Amino acid sequence: MIPEIGQYAMILALLLAAAQAFFGIAGPWKGQQRWMQATYPAVAGQFVLLGLAFGCLIWSFVHNDFSVRMVAAHSNSALPVYFQVAAAWGNHEGSLLFWVFVLSAWTLAVAAFSSTLPRPFVARVLGVLGIISVGFLLFSLATSNPFERLQPARPDGVDLNPVLQDFGLTIHPPMLYVGYVGFSVAFAFACAAMIEGKLDQTWARWTRPWTTVAWMFLTVGVALGSWWAYYELGWGGWWAWDPVENSILMPWLLGTALIHSLAVTDKRGLFKSWTLLLAIMAFSFCLLATFMVRSGVLVSVHSFASDPTRGIFILSFLALTIGGALTLYVWRAPLLRSAAGFDLVSRESFLLFNNILLVIATAVVFGGTMAPMIADVAGLGTLSVGAPYFNPTFLIPMLPLLALVSVGTFARWKRGALGESRNRILGSLVLALILGLALILGVYGDRSLLGPIGVVIGVWIVVSSLVDPVDRLRRGLSISPSILGMTLAHIGLGVITLGITTMEARMEARDVALAPGQQVELGRFAFRFEGVEEVDGPNYAATRARMVVTRDGKPETVLFPERRNYLVQEQALAEASLGVGWQRDLLATMGEEVGGGAWSFRVQVRPLMRYVWLGAALMAFGGFLSTLDRRYRRRREAAESATVAAPVPRGDPA
Amino acid sequence: MNRFIIPLLVFGLLVVVFGISLKHAPEKQVVKSALIGKPAPEFSLPDLLQPGATVNSAAFKGRWVLVNVWATWCVECRAEHPTLLDIKQQGKVIIVGLNYQDKDADARQWLAELGNPYEAVAVDREGRASIDYGVYGAPENFLVNPAGVIVHKTWGLTPDYWRTTMLPLIEGTTK
Repeated sequence: MIPEIGQYAMILALLLAAAQAFFGIAGPWKGQQRWMQATYPAVAGQFVLLGLAFGCLIWSFVHNDFSVRMVAAHSNSALPVYFQVAAAWGNHEGSLLFWVFVLSAWTLAVAAFSSTLPRPFVARVLGVLGIISVGFLLFSLATSNPFERLQPARPDGVDLNPVLQDFGLTIHPPMLYVGYVGFSVAFAFACAAMIEGKLDQTWARWTRPWTTVAWMFLTVGVALGSWWAYYELGWGGWWAWDPVENSILMPWLLGTALIHSLAVTDKRGLFKSWTLLLAIMAFSFCLLATFMVRSGVLVSVHSFASDPTRGIFILSFLALTIGGALTLYVWRAPLLRSAAGFDLVSRESFLLFNNILLVIATAVVFGGTMAPMIADVAGLGTLSVGAPYFNPTFLIPMLPLLALVSVGTFARWKRGALGESRNRILGSLVLALILGLALILGVYGDRSLLGPIGVVIGVWIVVSSLVDPVDRLRRGLSISPSILGMTLAHIGLGVITLGITTMEARMEARDVALAPGQQVELGRFAFRFEGVEEVDGPNYAATRARMVVTRDGKPETVLFPERRNYLVQEQALAEASLGVGWQRDLLATMGEEVGGGAWSFRVQVRPLMRYVWLGAALMAFGGFLSTLDRRYRRRREAAESATVAAPVPRGDPA
Repeated sequence: MNRFIIPLLVFGLLVVVFGISLKHAPEKQVVKSALIGKPAPEFSLPDLLQPGATVNSAAFKGRWVLVNVWATWCVECRAEHPTLLDIKQQGKVIIVGLNYQDKDADARQWLAELGNPYEAVAVDREGRASIDYGVYGAPENFLVNPAGVIVHKTWGLTPDYWRTTMLPLIEGTTK
């Protein structure tokens, strides 16, 4: 009964989405006020219905309704309740329903917070979002129905893949999806502007906070995915250049480019057509990420559902939405001329470099990800592209990008000469060199080339990000949330750079077999294996090792790596144990028993690993802060005093 | 012609590449197994339906055999089951079941409920024979010719797939 309610709710939501798409697009076109008005109840109704549908799915999971195919295939009565809830989006069908639900939530937010925007514009935005919703709901109902029943019902379910039974993975997909779907808002704003054939600085100011929030979620999603791979997959890898990881990274890179290009369009009225293109591209890559993971075009550990008919559906959907938007772009982009110019060493040109380098980085990742598929299509046989390609080629655009962050933050809008900034650039660089080299040579001792370069660049970014805010404080000026947010995000980038380069250059790992009482040394650390015990989890039985870690002979921590045997799927899984700290992470992973009470282990010391996650958190928090800036809400105050029918706001030269 | 058409052209090209790749995708159902063209691994395992007896793979030589890896915990196997009954009806091939990491009582009840398409069912609780066959999961199907050589491997069977891909393999040589 409950699953059928969810099913009907989905079908009704599809009808409302169709109405929303039609009235949103046709209303402004025909000048029908009441049509435009009709989009709002459609948006609200869709949100309620999809919330109901998703609730019904979760209900079916929590109540162990094994007559529902999804539940039988991905859950089990012995599974802890929080994983039963998470199992609802830990599969293809459920995650699609979640996708459209999140879309309806974003759409509702756009409808609710856009009361000060011109009505026809909002109607078009809602119309475009409606089209996307129709596509996804059709896809879900036609090829991937989450409420499909099994006849007869199963006595119990197959269980959730043990790898997915983990806290990081219960929140990683939702974050990612909120981010992906968020870029549909930027896309809808871009399409609405192209339909109107008009794009001014105000448009960029409307679009910025939405894009930044989406980017923030995507940042958290990428970091969580990486964190999960780091501690759950067990072997200390934190980025494998897996096609699915790449598919997440590409929209993030493009989203980062979009945020910066929107800033230029907002402040200076430049880069208009480029910003539009980036908005389209960022959303395309979000759709592509869905396409890659779910269609089976690219096989990876993540693709737990592969079905060519689904792929064909998504491809047609991509061709229609993205192809449509790009066709609109061919027609409208030439109309958008930027009057102002800028000098070579202005902030504009640094942000242009930022954009070019980020797009090159995306292209590098895209090329590497697509190469196996293209080789397959061209009949060149199977081809595997991994870290040996990605690591060096990704650095080609990234190193100059990171190096330019510092200089770029000192450059002024429009103006040519660096002027007084030159001293600051040099000063911060010298400081960074001293600090970075002191850190590398003093603390770690030199070993590779990349380590020192990365550390110096990382420190430089942090130092130079602080110059302007500190200067403002000294002069008694206030710091706006957007400046504070930008500063934090850039410091986050510096911290990540510092963390990754140090960790990659300085990490140590060893695979050993240890009998109880034996120990292995890794630099200043010694890992002593003390023995195993049997422990029972809610739905697994585990063998847990006790491993005492000492540093220079003094006790540091105790690690408990496990080998878990998940009872329902009869799958064995290594659960790594981590001792995390500000200086280093210690990892122990347990392999097989090798006889005589001895077990194989992998032990690792990863310096500054925590700074990678800290940096990502700083970036996301910086993004959040910058959306609080008052200038994004100023229009509302202005609109309250102005008459209702004043849809064309003027640019703000802030 | 303006330069703003370039993104559309690049996108069009990508759609074509994706499209071709998707057309290839159904062929991926044919799992590339190193075993194709090699003799089917021999096994001698307990018989599910006659406790105490064993099922010997050697006994089926000289006939077309479909080795079907299945389990009661496998939802797809339930979907596949009617197809297997149908194939048995057609009588072109005998079906030997490899009951994979399952409970005997569940498996017997399954056959009692849904019907038994199998000539014999071997119990492979520890997955020993399945390892020899390189089984990833259930269901998997291996078509073995009368000479005892594996000629085809696929995941779950559908009536269409059986008729269009596997049956011609059998008829192509029997005619």
